[in-house]
Amino acid sequence: MAVMSYIEAIARGMWEEMERDPSVFLIGEDIGAYGGAFKATRGFFEHFGGERVIDSPLSEAAIIGASAGAALVGMRPIAEMQFADFVTCGFNQIVTNAAKMHYRWHLPVPMVVRLPSGGYIHGGPYHSASNEAWFFHVPGLKIVAPSTPSDAKGLMKAAVRDDNPVLYFEFKYLYRRIKGDVPDGDVLIPIGKGEVKREGSDITVITYGSAVHFALEAAGILAKEDGIETRVVDLRTLLPLDTELIIDSVRATGRVLIVHEAALTGGIGGEIGALIAEHAFGSLDAPIRRIAALDTPVPFAPTLEEEVLPGTGKIVKALRDLSRF
Amino acid sequence: MPPSQTPAKTKRSVLSNAERLELYYYMRLARECDNAVLRLYRQGKVAGGAYTGAGNEATAVGSAYALGEQDYLFPMHRDLGAHLVRGQSLRNIFLQQLGRGESLTRGRDGTGHYADPSLRIYGNVSHLASMIPVAAGVALASKMRKENSVVMNYIGDGGSNVGDFHEGLNMAAVMNLPFVLIIENNQFAYSTPNSRQFAAQKLSDRGAGYGIPGVTIDGTNVLLVYETCRKAVDRARNGGGPTLVETVTMRMQGHSAADDASYVPPAMIEEWKKKDPIERWERTLTADRVLNEQISGQIGEKIHAAIEDAVAFALASPYPPAGEAAEGVYAP
Repeated sequence: MAVMSYIEAIARGMWEEMERDPSVFLIGEDIGAYGGAFKATRGFFEHFGGERVIDSPLSEAAIIGASAGAALVGMRPIAEMQFADFVTCGFNQIVTNAAKMHYRWHLPVPMVVRLPSGGYIHGGPYHSASNEAWFFHVPGLKIVAPSTPSDAKGLMKAAVRDDNPVLYFEFKYLYRRIKGDVPDGDVLIPIGKGEVKREGSDITVITYGSAVHFALEAAGILAKEDGIETRVVDLRTLLPLDTELIIDSVRATGRVLIVHEAALTGGIGGEIGALIAEHAFGSLDAPIRRIAALDTPVPFAPTLEEEVLPGTGKIVKALRDLSRF
Repeated sequence: MPPSQTPAKTKRSVLSNAERLELYYYMRLARECDNAVLRLYRQGKVAGGAYTGAGNEATAVGSAYALGEQDYLFPMHRDLGAHLVRGQSLRNIFLQQLGRGESLTRGRDGTGHYADPSLRIYGNVSHLASMIPVAAGVALASKMRKENSVVMNYIGDGGSNVGDFHEGLNMAAVMNLPFVLIIENNQFAYSTPNSRQFAAQKLSDRGAGYGIPGVTIDGTNVLLVYETCRKAVDRARNGGGPTLVETVTMRMQGHSAADDASYVPPAMIEEWKKKDPIERWERTLTADRVLNEQISGQIGEKIHAAIEDAVAFALASPYPPAGEAAEGVYAP
């Protein structure tokens, strides 16, 4: 067990997988000697060499497409998008090629695409995207979104070993803000399994990514000030969803708040709400509530960004409303 | 996977008479298969569209003939001849065309959109140029593993305008990958003529933009296609990097069987008919006394029998059961 930051845990996961399996390699922009825009791959080039830590041209379609090709013939690439925003330029390769290959060809496509995601860093409309919902609609993809260093490492290892294209959403806001215990060695977090990050019997918050930390903070405030016990469910994997954990939590608490940083309309929260309505309607003591970003691009100025994105204050208010319903 | 640095098993660069005759056989086989697909389409037996390669046989056959066993083929929808050269069975071709459960995609996709790793064939998708970065990725893997394999990929005049063409080719050039990209310039992208697709004099000029050789050749001359592609393949195998080969041809039929191609000037078709790749090669082989009526007749009978068998086999084969539609979205 070692204490490390969220970004160190991502790097540790990649490093161990590269040591374990020579077919694992990295490809992306500025990831070599420079170590990546966020320094996630610092030291990799020196240790593993330029053949396995490949600086690519500025070319998201080529990075993702080439990863799919290499995966088709048995390699296990980890492709880095410098920001999740830029995956738009490689979108076609993910949805047209990588996602459909196994269904059409019955061949494994073991590749990981890393997507530094989310706001709260004053990155403006082109460096703050939470665009996981675009891919949530694509059969053939898996999507993970860890919120802690331990999950970040374990999900990275599981993603690398999975025989399907896995989109690994990682949260820039958490990179150096969050530190935590990370188990040594081969501890994998199974894809498709969420985790209860805080137990509680009054209300459930279902969330993922940076918002897990806001939800935990809000739950602490409610426990202290209102005597309300909030269960915080961290989905960890978005595709496939851990439907069982979602439904069990709603049945246990009767009230549910769904929180995500991505925009409200067409967000993953809508699907979660529909699942709850289908499978646990009889257990609900209050309407399903959602907190998400406003339906706008993520703005640059701090006042605007704070208004658009979900935060602890909005969650506390929504939980209080729900508890009184 | 072959061990690293396996010697390449390719044909000699100067072909024997038997090999020259084989080129002829594959070109005729490709055309007759296309014709059989069209007949099935008109009989309402093809579930979706039908696409032919009439006019493109010399390019498809001559280029694939330049590959060795350990090389990879990423063909396009007018390259049936390349599939056949690679050793694909006619039964598999027709099972795919008819969407049967025993097809290589198990009915999940049609036409040449299949992969057959045993023959190192990875088919196209409908988004033209999308497979170029993927093919480049296979070339990257081949280079990383020192497999000594070359990847041959195809695109059209229209597809060469898509972003993925440029991103894939640029990456292949920068990384010096063992990659050969063939642009089949057949004058039309669906209904749009070249004059409204690109302003370049020659599509091979685009090679210079990526620092790789680009060459334009007559795509109806099968021996020239073979020799040109053979040089490009050898160059790639010897660490020389990618080559862009533009083969100038004519799409002699509509984009698909649903397209009457009325937008193509009839005089243009008449002019190109004189350069029919199969008839051209027939004349050469006849003059060289490699081919005569008797041999031609025997080849025709062999092709006819093989297609009859494959069509009957595929027609008798059932569609996949509806209950398995949701299977295989994910690898286990």
